[in-house]
Amino acid sequence: MMKNFISKLFDQKLRSRTISYLLVIIAFIILQIMSSTGGLSSLLKSLLVPVCCYTVAAIGLNLNVGFSGELNLGQAGFMSVGAFTGICVSGVLASSITNPLLRLIIAIVAGALIAAAMGYIIGIPVLKLQGDYLAIVTLAFGQIIKSLITNMYLGFDENGLHMSFVENKVSLGAGGKMLLQGPMGATGTQRIATFTIGVILILCALTIVYNLIYSKSGRAIMGCRDNRIAAESIGINVANTKMLAFIISASLAGAAGALYGLNYSTLVPNKFDFNTSILILVFVVLGGLGNMTGTIISTTILMLLPELLRSLQDYRMLIYAVVLIVIMLVTNNAFLQTKAAKLRESLIKGKKGAKQS
Amino acid sequence: MSENNIDRSLILEVEDLGIDFGGLTAVNNLSLKVYNNEIVGLIGPNGAGKTTVFNMLTKVYQPSRGTIRLCGQDTARMTTEDVNKAGIARTFQNIRLFQNLSVIDNVKAGMHNEITYSPADSIFRTRKYYAQEKQIEEKAHELLKIMGLDSLAELPAGSLPYGGQRRLEIARAMATDPKLLLLDEPAAGMNPQETEELMDMIRFVRDHFHIAILLIEHDMKLVMGICERITVINFGMMLASGTPEEIQSNPAVIKAYLGE
Repeated sequence: MMKNFISKLFDQKLRSRTISYLLVIIAFIILQIMSSTGGLSSLLKSLLVPVCCYTVAAIGLNLNVGFSGELNLGQAGFMSVGAFTGICVSGVLASSITNPLLRLIIAIVAGALIAAAMGYIIGIPVLKLQGDYLAIVTLAFGQIIKSLITNMYLGFDENGLHMSFVENKVSLGAGGKMLLQGPMGATGTQRIATFTIGVILILCALTIVYNLIYSKSGRAIMGCRDNRIAAESIGINVANTKMLAFIISASLAGAAGALYGLNYSTLVPNKFDFNTSILILVFVVLGGLGNMTGTIISTTILMLLPELLRSLQDYRMLIYAVVLIVIMLVTNNAFLQTKAAKLRESLIKGKKGAKQS
Repeated sequence: MSENNIDRSLILEVEDLGIDFGGLTAVNNLSLKVYNNEIVGLIGPNGAGKTTVFNMLTKVYQPSRGTIRLCGQDTARMTTEDVNKAGIARTFQNIRLFQNLSVIDNVKAGMHNEITYSPADSIFRTRKYYAQEKQIEEKAHELLKIMGLDSLAELPAGSLPYGGQRRLEIARAMATDPKLLLLDEPAAGMNPQETEELMDMIRFVRDHFHIAILLIEHDMKLVMGICERITVINFGMMLASGTPEEIQSNPAVIKAYLGE
């Protein structure tokens, strides 16, 4: 019974999913042990939550870019929406909900929902476009969100929330607190994000994306990517299908952003600029379009690399760039690809042979 | 089902159909009727406008003139997607499969509108999800068996040989449970033996599912062998219509194909 179950986990349909889950769980256990025995430097410790956040955002973007085939350059914009939503929700609830874990979860859900709503609004015009045009508009969206939050002043007191786009217009009653302060962003945020929640969020993101892909929606999403006209000809609504992928991708970025925002006491809106969107896209492309395990690995490596190379000072970004180029060449090399395919085949055959005997 | 029980109702009624691309009239004054359980051929020399007719029937192009009625229902305001829901499924002259999906997932994609579970059902893997997935899994295998592709179910669709891809397109179209199946050059690129098998398959599909089939084909052996009626078009205009025997002896048709 148990053996059956395990072999089922590694059969063709579930293999990639099982490997992704195992990878995350094993990494989590190892890191937990290391951090409790003091084997982790404080620098690495501080990177644990951000790596989780970017992984979740990259998993979401992979649904959009890899499975739906739309080049989205605004993922950081959705992260930004999620981050500042999460910070505000946590700030408002700070006195009423004292349990930080519960508050964190509420903040993450709120971040995901607001980002999803944003995704829906943006998606209506954007998904009518294709290819480069879609990329341009999503890029613009990211910039608009950044400018909007850079100019937003938000505070709350016992009368509720007060918002203004001119600093001195926000007048708060006694006991009032500023949540967002324009270009300074959010300051004095309670740091309630934890690595454990980050890992759970990754597992949730994986489950959502995998479950969606292996279903009616997933077939429609990939069908629209592979051949739009054929998808229409079998009665698939292309606009709705692309919208679904876009919204889920945005909401995952929102959840990731909320966790990210609550990991720092200070967060400036400039953090989520165009470079961040490109960074997430790089994680996805290098990890492999439609490959979740690859996304997790590439995000982790590329997040840690610049920090691990800090001792090399000026050379670190050079090495980072070289690593990027090498990964790109290696993963696109036809010779190595056929070798890898052969290796995989012989491994599968070996397993099957072992089963039969 | 005995011979006289078969439903012979009118499935497709096309009247005075026409389309212009800029100043060029690609199809004009085309009228066509297809009855249930019938295999009808649409033939004509290259560039006659056959595929354009298919594209109008499935609303890939919007006709400039004329009406298309499917089971009495006017399709003027329908999109490609609506037309499929109303009961027309098609294959393409230049194969349009979902290359990166497996063979069986291509067929399952065709059952998109039969499935009623929501994206939330798939994310939370509800009982409804499992029940319906199991149901369409069986149905998809059945269709693949009919098209002789069941042993290749898990392969990526793009890796099938040419003939297999054409048959998979038919299976995917049939998965949408159509009343009318449009086949655009189903035998293109097939060898004589494959064509022979394809003819049996097309007949079997018609008899098994009791649907109407309208097909474009250049292989005259196939057209004359399985079509009960044939419509010939040339330069976008209807040239002749009748049984295979009538068409073969029609002087206008011979002239169009062979010249003066």
